[in-house]
Amino acid sequence: MSQAEFDALIDADERIEPDDWMPDDYRKTLVRQIAQHAHSEIIGMQPEGEWITRAPSLHRKAILTAKVQDEAGHGMYLYGAAESLGVDRAELLDRLHNKTQKYSSIFNYATPEWADVGAIGWLVDGAAIANQVPLCRCSYGPYGRAMVRICKEESFHQRQGFQIMLTLSEGTPEQKAMAQRALDRWWWPSIMMFGPPDTDSPNTARSMAWGIKRYTNDELRQQFVDATVPQAELLGLAIPDPDLVWNEERGHYDFGEPDWDEFATMVRGEGEIPDLRISTRRNAHAEGEWVREAAVAYAEKQQQRERVA
Amino acid sequence: MNAAWPLWEVFVRARRGLSHTHVGSVHAADGETALQAARDLFTRRQEGVSLWVVPSADIVASDPSAEAELFEPAADKAYRFPTSYELPADVDHM
Repeated sequence: MSQAEFDALIDADERIEPDDWMPDDYRKTLVRQIAQHAHSEIIGMQPEGEWITRAPSLHRKAILTAKVQDEAGHGMYLYGAAESLGVDRAELLDRLHNKTQKYSSIFNYATPEWADVGAIGWLVDGAAIANQVPLCRCSYGPYGRAMVRICKEESFHQRQGFQIMLTLSEGTPEQKAMAQRALDRWWWPSIMMFGPPDTDSPNTARSMAWGIKRYTNDELRQQFVDATVPQAELLGLAIPDPDLVWNEERGHYDFGEPDWDEFATMVRGEGEIPDLRISTRRNAHAEGEWVREAAVAYAEKQQQRERVA
Repeated sequence: MNAAWPLWEVFVRARRGLSHTHVGSVHAADGETALQAARDLFTRRQEGVSLWVVPSADIVASDPSAEAELFEPAADKAYRFPTSYELPADVDHM
């Protein structure tokens, strides 16, 4: 295949598959994006995983365990998609551990209360779904296929989160206040999950031309706000944005500007929580080393026995 | 010691009567643990009733650059398809 054939496939909205020729920058962009996405999934197990032992009922514990297990699975689907581009999974994990590749900064926020588990499912997974549904049509086949599986599972995540928020909102005044505090904590970080404004997103145009991205950051952000405001009203909770107002003319909600300086700080990944996320991940990897080695040793021994027999 | 686990391709039979379909891949030290990983990763929600795992290195694939010579000749052989035969209006169900 050549550049011309690659361009023709992209123009026809066909998919690019692993063994096809592709421009170096297309491959690099995908590896970076898919790896960051995979890292986000497995780091994302931590803030909610902290609540598994403290979930308020056995039912909530079972739900949360299943959700955190799904996040691990999503990471595996995505590492698999990245590997189809010729990179090694172990190398990607090394890059996460030595901080040369990033994960979504949304996981650098703390989860001090149970309602945070609800807000994460409702808002963070809601924002993730808004981002991920268009990725199902990504021009790179394995990434799109992984996203189809992930989106199917994410919708359970968002619903269970919303249901936690609904239960708390309908509960005692203290419970409702806790739900409001969680919304206050997670609203702006969720808004910023869509990335910098279009005017400050230099790679968007190229990713859209390649069919990796289908909508701009601001388009997805608007879609998320429009979908979420009525849900907050239903919960009887107040979104912490004084500029939030329905714009009849545009047919969309107007909303305020997030604190992009805070976003930049979180993306840099400096501070106590980012250090904790990475050290927890490194320790888990190091503590699993003997298991990986033992499994290989066992497999080799079995193979030798088969050869002898 | 290098403890890298090889890659396995995973195929799931969604239900009896259907063939196994490729769903993705897992890393595992051997076939038995590859099956366990595939079960945990791909069939947590009743997605299937049977699993295959195959070492990725053992798959022989056609060359994507040979796509035209391998698969395009069918395009000018419309007579292989039933739709290229016009039938009188009176003949139905053929």
